[in-house]
Order: sequence, then C-alpha cells, then structure tokens
Amino acid sequence: MNVRNYCKFEILSLPENISFARACVGAFASQLGCTIDEIEEVKLVVSEAVSNCIIHAYENRSNEIITIVISLLENRTLEIIIEDYGKGIEDIDSVLQPTYSSEPNRMGLGFTFMKSFMDDMEVLSKPGEGTSVQLKRSFLTKDKEAYA
Amino acid sequence: MDVELRQVRNTLIVRCEGELDMLVADKMRSEIDKKMDNNEIKNLILNMEKVSFIDSSGLGVILGRYKKISSKNGRMYIVGARPQVEKILYFSGINKLVSMCRNEQDVINLQGR
Repeated sequence: MNVRNYCKFEILSLPENISFARACVGAFASQLGCTIDEIEEVKLVVSEAVSNCIIHAYENRSNEIITIVISLLENRTLEIIIEDYGKGIEDIDSVLQPTYSSEPNRMGLGFTFMKSFMDDMEVLSKPGEGTSVQLKRSFLTKDKEAYA
Repeated sequence: MDVELRQVRNTLIVRCEGELDMLVADKMRSEIDKKMDNNEIKNLILNMEKVSFIDSSGLGVILGRYKKISSKNGRMYIVGARPQVEKILYFSGINKLVSMCRNEQDVINLQGR
C-alpha cells in the first residue's frame, strides 16, 4: 500500500510523554478527515500502547526510547507502529487475552482497546529485544467505499 | 490534572479536571485514598464533568476505589461523564459496578430515597 504521508518520532519513556504522543498522532491522523470521535479512539489506542511500553517493557525506567511511526496510506488508512526495545513478551497469546494483567491494580484492557478500535493489530516481540505493535485502521465510510 | 476533594457528611466528593492517564493515576489514587482511609467515609462521588480523556490507567483508579468503597459497604457514583469518556466507561463495564448519574444533585436525590 502506497504511503501518502509519514511521520516518525522518538520519545523518552516518561509518563509525561504519553499525552504528547497521543496528541501528535491525533493531529497527524486528522489529515485523513476523520471525525472527532474517531480521533479520540486513535488517541486512546496510542495512550494504551505507549503506557504498555513504559509499564511493562521498561518496568517504569524513564531513560529508554519509544519509537512511533505514523503512516497515512491509500483509502484513508492510518497505520501506527509503536516500538520499544525493552524486555519483550514471552507468551503473546496470553497477554492478548481480555482482562489479562500482570498487575492487580490494572484492568488489562490495553490490548482489548487496541483490538476493538483498530481494524488490524499485530504484535511482534522477542524476549530481551523488544516489542513492536502495528495497528491499522481505515476511515473509508461504507458509502465512499462503493465508489472507491 | 486537578483534583478537588470535599467531604459532605459520610460522602467524599472528588471533582477532577483534565486528562486521566498514567501520569496522573498514581497522584489521584493516593489523594483519594488518603481521605478515604478516614473511617467516616462511606460513599464516593467522582465528578468527571471536566475530564476530557480517560484510558485504562484511569479506569484502574476507578476500579480500585470502587473495590475499596464496596469493602466498606458503601456506594460509588460517577457523575457528569462527557460522551467520549462515558463511552470508555461503558466499554470497560465499570457502569455495571458504579452508578452513573448526570450531576451531583441526582446522586443526592438517589441517596435520599
């Protein structure tokens, strides 16, 4: 799929940067002409993915790098890749179960939100090397799809 | 995120403002818990009129406070959630545990019954 526009940035694994990351992705994605509700869903998804990097991949260490790549593709499709270089996930299938959480005070809804609000989610991980979460969503409406 | 805490009889009213994510979750949790450990507190009203964003870190704070209040046999209410925040609260199922009300007056009416 052809890339129409692209943006890549890195942030330190600080909680302060979560709102920055979701605002950036939301602003960039708005070029696709999505509704405010859709942008809110995208921002939630980014918030969950970046929070996962900080809490789980880096176990709250604040001097690590998180890479975020946003691509605007054909057919009003948004692709977001969020990568960390942290501890990785041993058993991806169990982590993807709804309400799975390694910590009692968390709801385990992060990946559930990502799966629900995006069309496609892929999680690639290598223990000790890091994790890459690739998310895709098309904002083509049904009417427009018929003419596309 | 600003958090304002007020006690009215045995009810703690928490009014928060801003974005409820991981950055503010810990601060909010500890501020509410400090007040809630006071034995007089039985019920909790969380006023979310001015909350513009919530993610699973914020939901975790709500769930944890609900568990605490329930262990005291108290009740928890969420009031004034904006549509985009309300959608996430419903998605998480928190609305099945916590009573959702339009405003603080509605809670007082509900408690009066």
